[in-house]
Amino acid sequence: MLEILQNLDRRWIFLVMFVAVAVPLIMGTTFPETPSDQVLAVFDAVDNLPDGSNIVMALDYDPASAGELQPMASAFTRHCALKKHNIYFMTLWPPGINMIEGSINILNEEYPETYKGKYGTKYVNLGFRAGNEGVIKLVVEDLKKSYTTDIHGTNLDNIPLTKNLKNIQQVDLLANVSAGYPGSQEWVLYGSSPFDIPTVVGCTGVQAPIMLPYIPDQLTGMLAAIKGAAEYEQAIINHYPELAKNPKAKEGLVRMGPQLVAHVLLISLIVLGNVIYFLERRQGTA
Amino acid sequence: MKQSTIIWTLLMVFGGLGLISVQLFRGKGEVYVREVPVEAKSSSKTSPEQTYRWSTYQEVSAKEKDDPGISFSYSRTLGLWVSAFCTLAIFSFLYGDNPLYKFTESVFVGVSAAYAMVVGFWTEIVTNLYAKLLPGMARMSFFPDMESDVQSDLLYLIPLVLSVLLLWRLAPKGNWIARWPLAFFIGATAGIRLISYLETDFIGQLQSTIMPFIVFTADGSLLWIKSLRNTVVIVGVTSCMVYFFFSVEHEGIVKYISRLGIWFLMITFGASFAYTVMGRIALLSARLDFLFNDWLGI
Repeated sequence: MLEILQNLDRRWIFLVMFVAVAVPLIMGTTFPETPSDQVLAVFDAVDNLPDGSNIVMALDYDPASAGELQPMASAFTRHCALKKHNIYFMTLWPPGINMIEGSINILNEEYPETYKGKYGTKYVNLGFRAGNEGVIKLVVEDLKKSYTTDIHGTNLDNIPLTKNLKNIQQVDLLANVSAGYPGSQEWVLYGSSPFDIPTVVGCTGVQAPIMLPYIPDQLTGMLAAIKGAAEYEQAIINHYPELAKNPKAKEGLVRMGPQLVAHVLLISLIVLGNVIYFLERRQGTA
Repeated sequence: MKQSTIIWTLLMVFGGLGLISVQLFRGKGEVYVREVPVEAKSSSKTSPEQTYRWSTYQEVSAKEKDDPGISFSYSRTLGLWVSAFCTLAIFSFLYGDNPLYKFTESVFVGVSAAYAMVVGFWTEIVTNLYAKLLPGMARMSFFPDMESDVQSDLLYLIPLVLSVLLLWRLAPKGNWIARWPLAFFIGATAGIRLISYLETDFIGQLQSTIMPFIVFTADGSLLWIKSLRNTVVIVGVTSCMVYFFFSVEHEGIVKYISRLGIWFLMITFGASFAYTVMGRIALLSARLDFLFNDWLGI
């Protein structure tokens, strides 16, 4: 048995991992989630604002990380829509334009009474700007120095939502979903911390340990990886039960089933690997 | 039987089951759309009100394909199949390197670079440079909405000149000229970052670490969870800093504190790695979700 395990082809591990992720997905297995304090801080930051508040939603990610971040972006969008907030979309990533389109589709298809045909009065798409943190520095001090037009080329002075907006310090909340650089850390470094802009972020698991030290003094709250997304979805459903009927509002929750099984498998494999190592050492082969 | 043969056989079985499911759940692997008419009105001081009409297409489920106004979308169906093919081609690397994987990887790199270039051109070169330097021509060509009294902003000649100098690198002679704009960018970026890091990461983080070991409520009772959390933060920061303090020999009490710092660092790296694993599994489950639901309809 030990010899078989010692010479096990690594592709067996891939195959077992495939089954561990695929089976809960096909079965639709979900587990109950309890929102953590950190996630509740994000929920409260959006929910405690008066209806129709102004929110900047910076979606700084691409399709490569959409699997982890799309549930967060969609949950932010739905939560803002339920509160009828005015949303300013922008991105520092070129493929982020398509991610914004996904959120706008949610507004138009799921909340038509508030957002359909209300471009410019309830939401605006500022699109992409190159320049990384340089763009953030400009938009927090003078929005129109960086953005003179929206994504369609319409002058910002001709759009009701942006006509009187001098800079991002005037908005009520900044919500950022980020997959790396430029993203959450840059928004904190150049936006929320020096100018005290209330900010919440949703980020990948890789970024989460980097962002944790900023909470709560320099960052209001954070959704960390798919677990954070699932807890946020649960928090929204707890508060707005009508959303429970919408399967698209449970993207993160559905993906927590495979997470659990895959994590159990990984832990088992780590334990097994160590057992093999110690057995080999006892036999003097290691 | 060789292990690789068994794995290959199992993959073939999975693939066969997938194809059978496509046949069983007919209508999957196909995309249907509903036409949504859009109407917009525009007016300006110089021209009368104009009405523009066009259509957008909203994706609907295959169950609604027989409803009025629903049509089969060739382009989106093709996109779905191309997407599924690319996903499987990339996954094939897990079995071993192969030409299909290399082809898909090259397509991905090429498409990403081209997409970033096109977006950069239309959002920066056209919107931020051309429209600022030549507003009259910009109004006639791409931005009819632009005010007629906008004047050229000659300050934008500076980034234009810097960009040309930067591209000089490609010239056969005098490519040293590209170092000047590069020096400007490096200097400016370093300056911007230095101030922010000092303010947020240095001063801000110091402020966040200055906290009481023991926390009491207004009525004098102990908040032991908050006290424990503060103690862990203070002890963790201090011991990790001692570990990186190399001017003093790590002996005696310093040795034990720095060893505690190593423990904190190891726990941090472990948590960081675990978060990364969670992220990767989330990406895998998203791709499998696409294959099973959107493509195969299982």
